[in-house]
Amino acid sequence: MSIDSPGPQVGADEWVARQAHRREYLPSWLGRAQRAGERIGWWPRLALAGLAAVVLPSLGLGGFQLQVGIDAMVIALLAVGLNIVVGWAGLLDLGYVAFFGFGAYGFALLSSNQLGASGIHLPAYLSLPIVMIAAALLGLAVGLPSRRLIGDYLAIVTLFFGEAFVEFTNNVAPSKLGGPNGITGIDPIRGFTWEITSNYGYYYLLVIVLVVTMAVLRLVEYSRTGRAWRAVREDPLAAASMTIPVNRVKLAAFAAGAVVAALAGTIYAAQQASVFPTDFDTPVLILIYAGLILGGAGSIAGACVGALVVMVIYDGLLRSPTEAGYLFYGLILLTLLAKLRPWRRLAAVLAATVALGFAAHTIAQAISASAVAGGPRSGGWIADALRDWVIVPANAQTAGNWGFVVLVCMLIALVQVGSRWRTILLPPTLCLASFVWETTLVVQPSVTRQLMIGAILIVMMNARPQGLLGQRRVEALT
Amino acid sequence: MSFFFQELVNGITTGALYSLVALGFSMVYGVLKLLNFAHGDLYMVGAYIGFFIIQFFGGAAHVGIPVPLLLAIMFVVAAGLVGGLGVAMERFAYRPLRDAPRIAPLITAIGISFFLESAALLLFGAQYRVYNTAEFISLSSGIRIGSVTIDSVQIMVLVLGLLLMTGLQLLVNRTKLGKQTRAVAADREAAEMLGINVNFVITATFFLGSALAGIAGVMGGLLFNTVTSTIGFIAGLKAFTAAVVGGIGSIPGAMLGGLVIGVAESFVTGYISSTYTNLIVFGLLIVVMLVRPSGLLGQVQLQKV
Repeated sequence: MSIDSPGPQVGADEWVARQAHRREYLPSWLGRAQRAGERIGWWPRLALAGLAAVVLPSLGLGGFQLQVGIDAMVIALLAVGLNIVVGWAGLLDLGYVAFFGFGAYGFALLSSNQLGASGIHLPAYLSLPIVMIAAALLGLAVGLPSRRLIGDYLAIVTLFFGEAFVEFTNNVAPSKLGGPNGITGIDPIRGFTWEITSNYGYYYLLVIVLVVTMAVLRLVEYSRTGRAWRAVREDPLAAASMTIPVNRVKLAAFAAGAVVAALAGTIYAAQQASVFPTDFDTPVLILIYAGLILGGAGSIAGACVGALVVMVIYDGLLRSPTEAGYLFYGLILLTLLAKLRPWRRLAAVLAATVALGFAAHTIAQAISASAVAGGPRSGGWIADALRDWVIVPANAQTAGNWGFVVLVCMLIALVQVGSRWRTILLPPTLCLASFVWETTLVVQPSVTRQLMIGAILIVMMNARPQGLLGQRRVEALT
Repeated sequence: MSFFFQELVNGITTGALYSLVALGFSMVYGVLKLLNFAHGDLYMVGAYIGFFIIQFFGGAAHVGIPVPLLLAIMFVVAAGLVGGLGVAMERFAYRPLRDAPRIAPLITAIGISFFLESAALLLFGAQYRVYNTAEFISLSSGIRIGSVTIDSVQIMVLVLGLLLMTGLQLLVNRTKLGKQTRAVAADREAAEMLGINVNFVITATFFLGSALAGIAGVMGGLLFNTVTSTIGFIAGLKAFTAAVVGGIGSIPGAMLGGLVIGVAESFVTGYISSTYTNLIVFGLLIVVMLVRPSGLLGQVQLQKV
């Protein structure tokens, strides 16, 4: 909800036309860039993105950044696959991560010492197709309930399928599946005479796989099947009366999604050289969903970009306090710049925030020196800039916890109240947010990242359900 | 045979707990047609609130006030706070999405669940919090029938659970609010046209359902002793199973489903192996969904397209 949205002028044709235009293009220079991007076709764009990804490691990425890139692309591949089921076919599959796990465990069993006397060590050109075909069959089996169950009921069954997978790998046949200890010592991806052992190799492999998958899916998107998926999503009854075999189309979506997930699983297992049941639990599922929702369900590029952004933030930036600090304050500033209009109001809010912070700091210091003894925990120049502005007590844990609770309450209040009160409430909220960040959030990055994922899902669904790159769907109300 | 009855008693006690959580779940589904995945996390919040109230009154070993009073405070405060949390959740996250595509509130619910879980981790830390129930309630002062023991906490859970369920049943069937709730559940738009304050009914439903989850959280803390930020997820799944097995949206169904799940779990643990408990319970759910999607007591609904 934009702060200064003019509100729909009901019945005005001109408004409808402008709305369609607005839906298509972002405002200002972003829209111009979008139009320029549209002039070149989809495959040069994809090729350019792939080329950029290939060049990226030679710009001096360290081992850690490379690992982040690999993880991000695995999740991106999963998000692109999930997009088939959720974005196109409109089937809420909450057990999707089990296919990822199935692929990883399948590859692990076929290329380690787990099965048989001396183990099975198939080369990749045999094991990958076997795993993917098996995943397609499993996808068909899991998709079968979708013939009868719609909407929520399908979500329930698939959710429990995912949970059952984790329980299964944890408890059944520990000598083969390893139980909670998982399977270790998995072979790398091996062909005729070559094998991929370095992280650079897996990085390039993932770039190729991701680009090829996206290109194939782009072709599928406008094929008969792709159009049928979207038709079934919009209205199964109408689709059926247009002679689309609804059930078969749904099953195809499940199978296609499962194949992509299994492919991601095999690469993941080979790269990690080990698999554990917890790698395929609900948090990973939520991560994939966060990527898909952020980018926009229904758009291949959206799913990929969203997942990459989520993973780079989650895995990369939110580990060091300095980078996390840049991200946090940068995001707040960007949101304010984008959402607060006119500029006078923006200037007033910013000035009030700065003044309030300094005033509070001075008062707190006057009352007790230990109330400001902590100093900011973010690193870099942000810490220096904030030293006299944000209050950080010497013993920050309890104060930070209370601050967090109050902050959540204030954010809820901020959404509920009218425009005038929102302007008044903003400066104290911003000061409090900075306080909570410096005292609590930046200290516990592992928790902060999870909070962020949850917040992305809630906020995106309420503010921009079509995601960053997706197209808004106009739903006929029934 | 005494083993059988002992397992049955344990199962019914756990089942009563699941029923309470499942009730709120089912009520919310009834009025909003929303699977509130965050419901299990309300149970977790309730359990934490109970723990901190024990700490506030001096800790389990030296409780400063009479134990019945302590228990009453725990239940009332947990019900109130968790109920309020449920209402806030509805107001903030679900109300704007009431007319959105069905998938949007579902994903929001997953987000809230994840958010609550990590917020608990942030605020209360990752360590296990222990109620130490045995230090302020003497567990041995229960009923013994032959070789079957029902300890005092189990008695309390059973009695309180029964009272709450009866009360809820009366509320839904005998009061005006209950009638309004049923009307909203049947058809929200028609109810609105008849002058029913739909927003109030939904808020009340969320409050009641969440309060029940909060009470169940305190009971779970007393019964199982340990609290951590992840108990909500598994409790939510069990309650979910209970609600679905009983017939989602149906209040007697949720009660029956909870008992079925509790007893089934107890027997599987007792007679087969505790490693397969969850697997078998989840399998049970999938089978029920496939054979009879409307659950044991649910009505078959024709879905409009």
